[in-house]
Amino acid sequence: MAVVFERPKSLVDIPTHYCPGCTHGIVHRILCEVIDEMGIEGDTIGVCPVGCSVMAYDYFNCDMIEAAHGRAPAVATGVKRTNPDKYVFTYQGDGDLAAIGTAETVHAATRGENIVVIFINNTIYGMTGGQMAPTTIPGQVTQTTPFGRDPQLAGFPVRVCEMLSTLTGTAMAQRVAVDSVPHIREAKKAIRKAFENQKAGRGFSIVEVLSTCPTNWGLAPLDAIKRLQDEMIPYYPLGVYKDVTEGVFENVQGGNE
Amino acid sequence: MERNLMKGNEALAEAAIRAGCKCFFGYPITPQTELAAYMAKRMHKAGGVFLQAESEVAAINMVLGAASTGVRAMTSSSSPGISLKSEGVSYIAGSDLPAVIINVERGGPGLGGIQPSQADYWQATKALGHGDFQLLVYAPASVQEMVDYVVKAFDRADKYRMPAMILADGLLGQMMEPVSFPEINPDAYDKSGWATNGHKNAREHHIVNSLYLQPDALEKSIVDRYKKYEIIKETETEAESYLTEDCDILLCAFGATARVVKSAVNSARELGIKAGLFRPKTLWPFPVKEINEAAKTAKCLLSVEMSMGQMVDDIKLAINCSKPVHFFGRTGGVIPTPDEVLEEIKKLGGAK
Amino acid sequence: MATTEILLAGFGGQGILFAGKILAYCGLMDNKELSWLPSYGPEMRGGTCNCSVCISDEPIGSPLVLTPDLLIAMNQPSFDKFVKSVRPGGKVFFDSTLIEANTDRTDIQLFGIPSQQLADDNALKGGSNIILLGKLLKETNLCSLEVMQKAIEKVVPPKKAALIPNNFKAIEIGMNA
Repeated sequence: MAVVFERPKSLVDIPTHYCPGCTHGIVHRILCEVIDEMGIEGDTIGVCPVGCSVMAYDYFNCDMIEAAHGRAPAVATGVKRTNPDKYVFTYQGDGDLAAIGTAETVHAATRGENIVVIFINNTIYGMTGGQMAPTTIPGQVTQTTPFGRDPQLAGFPVRVCEMLSTLTGTAMAQRVAVDSVPHIREAKKAIRKAFENQKAGRGFSIVEVLSTCPTNWGLAPLDAIKRLQDEMIPYYPLGVYKDVTEGVFENVQGGNE
Repeated sequence: MERNLMKGNEALAEAAIRAGCKCFFGYPITPQTELAAYMAKRMHKAGGVFLQAESEVAAINMVLGAASTGVRAMTSSSSPGISLKSEGVSYIAGSDLPAVIINVERGGPGLGGIQPSQADYWQATKALGHGDFQLLVYAPASVQEMVDYVVKAFDRADKYRMPAMILADGLLGQMMEPVSFPEINPDAYDKSGWATNGHKNAREHHIVNSLYLQPDALEKSIVDRYKKYEIIKETETEAESYLTEDCDILLCAFGATARVVKSAVNSARELGIKAGLFRPKTLWPFPVKEINEAAKTAKCLLSVEMSMGQMVDDIKLAINCSKPVHFFGRTGGVIPTPDEVLEEIKKLGGAK
Repeated sequence: MATTEILLAGFGGQGILFAGKILAYCGLMDNKELSWLPSYGPEMRGGTCNCSVCISDEPIGSPLVLTPDLLIAMNQPSFDKFVKSVRPGGKVFFDSTLIEANTDRTDIQLFGIPSQQLADDNALKGGSNIILLGKLLKETNLCSLEVMQKAIEKVVPPKKAALIPNNFKAIEIGMNA
């Protein structure tokens, strides 16, 4: 019988530690599909964050490095600068990328660091049990905003793609979601494009993936998907915020080939 | 061998490049600035990478990334910046990565000052970051030794897969002295068994990591590392003993302070006082055997430091508190003078 | 004398560190042990500035000069501050255009020359420091003229090599002052 669907080769065949209904698995899978389709597993080095995906180094079959909280873009910079012919990606959550690692994120972007950043935005700190994230939406109840996030007390969320799209070094900033099959297809296309950008030496590419956290949201997986659609997408509109291939842009660094 | 006149900071940089350092990540801070400036000028020509990071935190993590791929990597800073790097140093140690970190010390705590200091002794030798770990700490006392120990630091960091630090100070960094560069063959340690530089579909994937959620797995990784530390304690200590064979008073000092103390020891000898100098060149591992040998005839010891006496405990432990250990120091960026040290020697019963 | 300790002091911008470097290179050319240590920090940017140079037949102990054998002073505050610390029998070279030699010390030799004026008269802008070096060369046996000329060739950056003859001229003026 012909095989029509199988596990990507670059995704290790072991059970993950993610909660039931978590969308990390979907993102891992489409990222690995891209790596397989481009045939770059042997030339790819991934950098994990601190957060729920802290142990993703066990799941990706390429070489992996585990970074300190927020420092993945700096670690990736060190890897890429000394190994410009390799593909380098980070995989980071919202606390990691947009709170403790904001400086590393912004400066990797503004330097036009030729790396891919996969950014999981689920509006909450998952690993530590559901505290307010920099992306927590006003009114959202978390462990540390028990009465809902009050911007007067806790300030406003960070819209990462919008912010990074203002930087010259950013080649691509696109927000996608993994709540439906069309959106998942769109997300995979964006990840592919980000890696193609790296191949062509275009600079910093970030794909922000709106994701769910059923456990810490206190919702069943399907209800979590519904929240993503009803509350998150209106606050964090999907779309391409920057794409240098659509305009005139000097390659800031040499490509991989 | 040709003698060049170079600033300590520049000599550190040149030595690193000659030792095969392929990348330097740093952030500006006085008094180590010339090091980064030299790297910015020369590293590119040497086929390496110079990058000014957005912070010390980022710089040390860039080092971690580069070192993960098996490349010789270095960063440098001064005291407040080293505190910021401590997170990354702990991760580097916990991930068994080789890297070289330069600290051109200035006065602390806090923003402190910018004049020379040795008040980061405890930080370097006891706790440069959280967790059970050590790093090799070399304390050069001349521009030539800065060169020699940068070369050694890269070699030993690779050999033991651990971070190594050059603990210098603003005086050594700023001063010029004649220096010659030895022929260096960056020793090729085989890193293919662990480096994350792309598996080319020819091996299992490598993971550089310091996370062990199972306590017994974490314990084992630390215990294994400590076995390595025991070997290092046995084999890697270095020290200079000067006029110690018959000394009544053994002065202990490292780095720039040891030069001041040597002048004072010479003056004391002219006065007929049997003073000697013990100078640890490795601060971790501390030269225990060597100091016991040097202290054989001594009636007491005097530690002289540009701090409030951070090395005193190590001296007491090394000699098992068998003799009194006194202390004299200046701190906050003040450099002790040979006359001040001589006065202390006289006070300790040396006046005859 | 086994070790000669030299202190140079003045305003930032007067070429204190540069003159110190020339002396350090003199030691290098003569195959001596030596050290050169600048003051550093905010004073680099226009404040007072000083520089310690030690030249010796033996390894240098403390590179910080506290009791100089030779002092070059290029402004009044530096003269006033450091003339007290000169070792008995020591020599002080200073710019008499800018400095009034108020000292009651009789155990040291003072050599005041109008180095700033001489520099201006001879169209050697910024050459006051080198003129004082010329005077120091004349009055001490630190090194030979040839060695100092070689040192100047080493210290002047290649881009400014055209200025080497001016420096030689300044040395000569200082020696004859």
